[in-house]
Amino acid sequence: MMALSKKMLEQEPSEIELLLPWHAAGTLNTRDARRVEEALARDPALAKQYAAIRGEYEETIHLNESLGAPSARAMQKLFAAIDAEPARPVGSLPLSARIATFFSSLSPRTLAWSASLGAIALLLQAGIIGAVLMKTQPATFETASLSVGAPITRELGAPPARALVRFTPEARVADITALLDSYQASIIGDAKGGMFRLQFDKAMGRDELASLLGRMSREKFVNLAVAAP
Amino acid sequence: MQVLYGRHHVRVYRFGLRLVRDEQAAEDLISEVFLDVWRQAGKFEGRSAVSTWLLAITRFKALSALRRRKDVGLDDEAANAIEDSSDDPEIAVQKKDTSEALRECLTGLSPDHREIVDLVYYHEKSVEEVAEIVGIPENTVKTRLFYARKKLAELLKAAGVERGWP
Repeated sequence: MMALSKKMLEQEPSEIELLLPWHAAGTLNTRDARRVEEALARDPALAKQYAAIRGEYEETIHLNESLGAPSARAMQKLFAAIDAEPARPVGSLPLSARIATFFSSLSPRTLAWSASLGAIALLLQAGIIGAVLMKTQPATFETASLSVGAPITRELGAPPARALVRFTPEARVADITALLDSYQASIIGDAKGGMFRLQFDKAMGRDELASLLGRMSREKFVNLAVAAP
Repeated sequence: MQVLYGRHHVRVYRFGLRLVRDEQAAEDLISEVFLDVWRQAGKFEGRSAVSTWLLAITRFKALSALRRRKDVGLDDEAANAIEDSSDDPEIAVQKKDTSEALRECLTGLSPDHREIVDLVYYHEKSVEEVAEIVGIPENTVKTRLFYARKKLAELLKAAGVERGWP
């Protein structure tokens, strides 16, 4: 062991040698990747080291993947904290613009490994878009002929049914996503007291909604499901 | 926020968990991280990937949480010098599977080494991004990973696993 340590300390790594881990992870730029490829082709010792690095790379991924995912508790805690935040002052950009700017900078590379995350993102995105639209646009329209006085508005058909739902602490995002999918519902509001505001994709009568919420309440990952006031 | 959370929360959680080594603390950590992001979204300038920004915040908060832990009572330097005794590489001697031994030894690395290995291999961060997250020069990033790998080789050798390098 001591001999090994001493020997290792005596070795100064070459520049190419230092880049091997990033080559294994595929994060080198084209120029450096080509330099590493050429060096690997002509140096068997380097190729041997690279094979060891590939093993480290794969096991590091396995190790991290085995760590699981957080429970729904973390998400509930987050959105409860966001709810508790003081109202934001009117800024230079509206919320929708800030969100758009923010998400436009997301790097897609790290998402490539998981198509399921993409599906979750799409579903949740529908929820946030719905929430933003509902905050900024009333579900009615004002007639163009009206010039003064109170606006004359007309309902755009019966509104989709809504509910308040509390998920169990064990529920993970994938579970919640699958549940929302099976009920054709989207999250449209932040959690308040651990409750999420859901919207179904169609209008429902009182009895139909009550029956559906009864069924939802019996789901494994649902603690409570009630009609939204 | 839901989209951002949906996309990144698992990786942020795993990075945090590898740093704080406590599931409850890691869950608390991700709530704090995304709350910070919510508060600071307007300050994000898009100079780096969102995931890099998130991991940098996570690292900062994880180290703060470790410092706060009353039951540990160690300073940062001492905490970083500690290797996980529960992951004694000698245990890996009994492992028949090289992969399993490798995972044991990866867990047995020091926090500094573990962090850089995770960032490069699992989080697929470039040299520049790791430098930004950890707050060290790019050359230090390269040499730190090199010595992390050498340490890993030592642990594996002690566990009876020969990989032909170094």
